[in-house]
Order: sequence, then structure tokens, then C-alpha cells
Amino acid sequence: MWSGRRRWPLVSLAGATIAAALVLLPLVFLIVQAQQSGFSEVQHLLLRHSVAVLLWNTIRLAIACTALCAVLGVAGAWCVERTTLPARRLWAVALVLPLGVPDFVVGFGWVSIDPALHGYLAAVMIMTLSLYPLVYLPVAAALANLDGGLEEAARSLGLGPWQAFRRVTLRQIRPALLGGCLLVTLALLAEFGAFEIVQYQTFTVAIFTEFKLGFDAVAASVLSLVLVALSVAALGAELSLTGRGGVLRPGPGARRGARRVALGRLTAPVIAALAALSGLALGVPLGALVYWMLRGSSTTLPSASILAAVGHTAEYSAAAAVFATALAVPVSSLAIRHRNRATVLLERLAYLPMALPGLVIALGLVAFSVRYALALYQSAFELIVAYAILFLPLALVAVRSAMGQASPRLEEAGRSLGRRPAAVWWRVTLPLIAPGLGAAFALVFISSATELTATLLLHPTGVNTLATQFWAYTTELSYGAAAPYAALMVAVSAVPAYVLSRRMGTLARAQETR
Amino acid sequence: MARHKSLIFTAILAFAALALSACGSSAHSADTITLYNGQHEQTTAALVAAFEHQTGIRVDVRSGDESELANQILQEGANSPADVFYTENTPVLEALRERGMLAPVSPSTLAAIPSRYNSSEGDWVGVSARVSVLVYNTSQLSPAQLPSSILELAQPKWKGKLAIAPSETDFQPLITAIIKLDGRAAAERWLRGLQANGKVYPDNETIVAQVNNGESAIGPINHYYWFRLRAELGGAAMHSALHYYAAGDPGDLVDVSGAAVLRSSSKQAAAQAFLAFLVSRSGQETIAHSHSYEYPLRPGVAPAPGLRPFAQLKPVPLTPAELGDGHEALALEQKLGLL
Repeated sequence: MWSGRRRWPLVSLAGATIAAALVLLPLVFLIVQAQQSGFSEVQHLLLRHSVAVLLWNTIRLAIACTALCAVLGVAGAWCVERTTLPARRLWAVALVLPLGVPDFVVGFGWVSIDPALHGYLAAVMIMTLSLYPLVYLPVAAALANLDGGLEEAARSLGLGPWQAFRRVTLRQIRPALLGGCLLVTLALLAEFGAFEIVQYQTFTVAIFTEFKLGFDAVAASVLSLVLVALSVAALGAELSLTGRGGVLRPGPGARRGARRVALGRLTAPVIAALAALSGLALGVPLGALVYWMLRGSSTTLPSASILAAVGHTAEYSAAAAVFATALAVPVSSLAIRHRNRATVLLERLAYLPMALPGLVIALGLVAFSVRYALALYQSAFELIVAYAILFLPLALVAVRSAMGQASPRLEEAGRSLGRRPAAVWWRVTLPLIAPGLGAAFALVFISSATELTATLLLHPTGVNTLATQFWAYTTELSYGAAAPYAALMVAVSAVPAYVLSRRMGTLARAQETR
Repeated sequence: MARHKSLIFTAILAFAALALSACGSSAHSADTITLYNGQHEQTTAALVAAFEHQTGIRVDVRSGDESELANQILQEGANSPADVFYTENTPVLEALRERGMLAPVSPSTLAAIPSRYNSSEGDWVGVSARVSVLVYNTSQLSPAQLPSSILELAQPKWKGKLAIAPSETDFQPLITAIIKLDGRAAAERWLRGLQANGKVYPDNETIVAQVNNGESAIGPINHYYWFRLRAELGGAAMHSALHYYAAGDPGDLVDVSGAAVLRSSSKQAAAQAFLAFLVSRSGQETIAHSHSYEYPLRPGVAPAPGLRPFAQLKPVPLTPAELGDGHEALALEQKLGLL
């Protein structure tokens, strides 16, 4: 710990308080609802054979998908950020984009290719292909921000390239990797729509059955608390694996870019592997869209209202991304720089909403706002807040890992030169964590752009987004008319992914020449 | 580094502007009602346009999944912005009625529709209907091979040929009908047979598409999904046809779409006017001419061309009220692990 002034950071505290209040909202809703249930009802709900089966389905899916996403995410990020792979900018975008494809399109794309596709393995494949970007993006940001001097030192001390990767590089990207794995696990706990089409039933099915056919929010809340318990286990596991940082930090001013590994003869096989990954994750759903546009008779030139929908989607998603990233900064800053039980608990708490189905979060916001903030009910502001609650964990992982990489000694040096803390933050910390902020923005933006459940419940009356219009046409079987909206969701998601890849590229070059 | 900052600064400014603009939300005037819409959006859009033109009352439409909307209304309680709830199926309306959320529908509106299609307590009105039928692939099956009863679908000969959607809201009424007509044990046997024979799909839309492309040979659906698929793909791409069950078979059900006024609504008169319009001749003709392919329920209004006339259908004499909120069917499906 550094000496000098250590005032309790008021700004961080204020931001973290807002974040905590928002995150607690849906949890309080769940607890209030679940309390109305008696002990025997809870017993009847939870001690059913089908519940045990569904729970096991969820757990074995989460384990397999998380492991696969970790491998794909790290391998992809390493190839793009650390090798001489040609057209890296292009790959950087292509590898993130599967996140911007709505679940329903992914499921439909696969079932159109092979209608017999169903069950556990199909669910593992489809979910891995759509969730690996949650590992890829934070890890890529961490790799772009890597201190190459450490690797070189390791090599000069006689470690082979693989050992250097394992003992130095992997160690530096560990918080990003574990954070990404945590996101994949939590997202799987909450997922519902994608499994319907491959006929794989997870625990969320039990929750949705209570809501959709029993109209029983109390029973649904009791069941949702089981997901909360599962995510507490995942959060504890990630915390103990990450440890107290575990990141090797350079001394002041010693940071330097890492040298890219020449792929040489491996160039063609690596390109083939990445192309196969993108083809499966992105090509299949995009192929389904093209097929719909060509085949469907409802295909028309989309009206001018499609532009309004693009505008609303971009506006809400961007605002949510800024908001969630802004909340993630104080929460992770407290948890890393002022680590104690309270700040760590707060940071862990912020992940819980991600493990809950969007319907639960949205209904919690409905219940709260009709009672205490009716003027805000179904306003753009409320929808943005809902997105921020749902996707704050994505921002947290990206920001936290960047902050863990930034050396506090640099801030210390800034202060020793007589700068005020705000100036030090602006001139030293911010540039250091910029790639993490970019990754956070992109992750939240893309996820918000494709969100449907909360959007349908909370959007301002009379306002359409790409997701609501896409949904409206698919429920009419007008796939031809729906396809352009899905295609635009992917296109809109490509914008932050592209900007981010450019900035990470610039940063890496700046470090190489430094 | 300056570019990082300017980007972040711009983002924060944009956010602040948006948050401010969002706070000045619109004030609703007295002659505007809010409709929570679980019906297909295009049908509703046509009805709303005609109603606004006729009455000058504006309708704000919020579309969504009908059971999610019902849950939303239950959470909103007395503060619900919804004045009218228009749904594709009646179990959601029954669920709200049981919880005392609906206001009585005005008697003249109820009188426009045969009473068996309305809430027995008069809390919601039937608007249009679909009939439960079988869709079959015409290159895999000939009309002579088709079953006359839905109960036959549980026979081993349909193994691997059948497509079902047990989580679809149209599926529970079939189970309820079998429970009512043949008893619970028969319904359970039938479901077990379907479970052994059928491939499970998420909804009727997928069943009709998969039967049409030959992945499955046969499946129970509501008639209008087939007509809509034909409208989307064109007649030349149809490799399937509809088959009606024998009169009085438990499969031969009519599913009703209905509407209700929320008890919490402060605009009862305008909301009742919208319901009255839905069952009026012009409202019912709008439904018949929209591409929803539903049967208008008002006597004397003809359905879309190509549909078997409603009078020729001889569905089982079970009213939507008797089919209830589908609780028993749900419990049975859960027991067998179909949900």
C-alpha cells in the first residue's frame, strides 16, 4: 500500500451506492415475493423430481459451456492480439459479433440446417458459440494491455514459450479470464429462449412455467432464489480462484508493449480454425437471415420506421453502456484499491442480477416503479436503468481486469508530483484502464441491443426498437419481414466492436513504439 | 490520450441529454386509452386504426407475450396504466378474472357474441376464434391414413412422425378437453403416448413449418398457422394440408381470443367503447379481412375466403369458461416432465 493521503474516495462511494441500490432492487422484489410462500409450499415446489432433473441439466450445461468458452475465448484473443495473424481488425470484430445475434435466430439457423439437432450436446454447442465472446472480449482487452517486459524477462530467465505463456501471460490475464467464465456461467443460469428450440430444459423452464401458465410470481420467486444460490456458489468460486489480484505489476514507467508471435507456417491453419469458428457462430445464423429474406413473401423494403427503430436501439443501448460502465468504475475501484469485506461484498452483489431471467428483473422494476416512481414507469430512463442492472456484470469484469492491471504505483507517482487525486485519475488511471472501459461499453451495448423481455415490458409506449419489431414479425410468421431487423441488430453491434478493435490496435502500436 | 477523453466526455454528455429527455414523459389526455396487446400485432393495428377513425379516441398499444403481460398487470395492480387487455387465448383472462382484476363487460357488448364464447361471469368478451386441427405433410401421408380422433396420435404407429408443442398455450386446452370428456387417467395415457411418439417443438409456428418441410409428418395446431405460413411462402411452397377431426372429438376444439377492461382503469367508458367496437360488425369485418385468418365470432360475419365456414364446424361443447385457466392440464404436463 502506498503512503500519503488516503482519503476515503467520496465519488467512488457515491457511485457504488447507486450501483448497490439498483442491484438490490430485483433481489428485494424476489425476497418480498418469496416470503409470501409458506414452508410446505416451498417444500412442494423444490422437492420435486423434475426440479432436481432441471437443476442437474443447468449445472452440467454450465460446466461444459464455461470450459469450452474459456478455451475458445483465450485462443481467439491470443491469436488476434498476440500474433502476426493477417486482417486482425476483421477477426477482432467477427469474433465478438455472435453476441449481437438474437438467440432465436441462432436456434432457428441451426434447426434449419439440421432439424434433428436437440438435447444436451446441441445446447452445449449453441450456447458455447454464442457466449464465448464474453470470455474473448475481456481477455483480448487484457492482452492488449499486457506488459510485454515481463514475458521477455521470463524468456531471458530460460522459460520456454509455453511456460512463459502459462506462468506469466496467463497469470496476467487470469482476472479477465475468470471474470469471463463467471459471465458465461451466470448467463447460462438465466438463459431460456435458446434452449426451447433445441428442446433442452434447464432450471429456468420451471420458473417460466410458474409465470406463464400458473401466473404465480410467488412460486416463480422461490424458484428464482435457487438460481441466486447457484450464482453465489459461482461467485465464491471465482473469488477464491482470482485471489487477491494475482497480477504482476511493473514498476513505475516500466510498462511496454508485448511483441507479437510470428505465426509462420501456422498462419494458414490458424486462419482456417478462426474461419471455422466464425462460420459456425456467425455464418449459420446470418445464413438463416439471408434465407428468410430470399424465401419469405413478407419480405418488403423495410419502411422508414426501421430507421427510427435503429435510432432507438442505438440510443438506449449506448446510454445503458455508458451508465453501466460508469457504475462499474467506482465498484471495481473500491473492490481493488480499497479492498475490504464491504467493498468485495458489494462487487459480488452486483453480479447476481445476471443469473436471473430478464423477466424477473423486469417485473421487479415494474413492481417498484408503479409504487414509488410512477412518473418514470415505462420511460426511456427506466429501460436504460433496466439494461444497466441486467448487464452491469459485463462492464464490471472488463473494468475490474483493466484496473487490476494498472499499477497503483503510477497513481502514487502522480500524486507525489503534487497532482490532486482527480487530476491523477484523469491523467494516469483513465488512460491505463481505457481498453477495459471500451470492452465494457461494447459488451453492454451489444447485449442491450438484443435484449427482448425487459424491453417489451418497459419500453416507452409507442416506441419501437429493432428487438421489439423483430419479435412482432416473427410471432406473425413473417420471417422475411423480420430478417432485416435481426440483420440490423448485428450491424449495430458491429459498430462498437469495430471502434473497440481499432482503439485496442492503436494502443498496442503505441506501446510497441514506446 | 486526448482522444480517449473526448470520447468519454461525449458519451457522458449524450447520456445526460437522453436521461433528461426521458424524464419529461408524455402526459396522457382523457381521450387516450392504453391497450395491452397479446394478440397478433398486425390484426390489432388494423382494429385500432379503424376504432380511432370511428370514435376519435386514441389507443396507445403495448404489445407483448400475453402471459408476460398478464404477470405485468398483476404486478402493476391498482396503478396499472392498462385500460384494456386483448389476448389470443382465454386462460390468461380467466387468471386475471380469478384475481379480481377485471371490470364487468357492458351487457350490450356481451350480447353481440354467442354467450358460450364469453366469460360465464361476464368479465371478458370473446372476439374471434381458431379451430384446433391437424396439419400433415401431403407427400408423406394420404388423407385415408389420417386419424379421425386426436386420441389416435398416441398409437405407436405415429412414432417418429408426430410433432408437438407442449409448452404452447393452445396445447393445454386439448389436455383439459380430454380430462373433461374421458377422465384424467385417459389424458395421462394419451400424453405418455404423445411423449413416446412426438418430437417436441417450442410452438405451433415451428410445428407447421417442420411438417411443411417434411421433418415431421403430422402435428396438432390451430388452423390459422397453416394459412399464415401459406401467405408467407406462397401456395407453391406448401407441401402440407389441414385435416379436421371428427365431430365431437376432444381434439375438435375452438380456441377463443378475448378482451377485457381492467378494473383499475380510470377510463372505463372509453375502454368499454373499444370492446364494443371489437365485437361490432365493422370490428369483426376488420378481423375477417386482416391476414390473421381467425373466425370472427359475431353471427353473420363471414371469415376470410378459403376457411371452412364456422357453422360447418361441430366442436366439442366445452366453453372457454369450462376449459378454465388450464391448471389441471399444467399439473399433468409437469408430472410427466413435458414442461
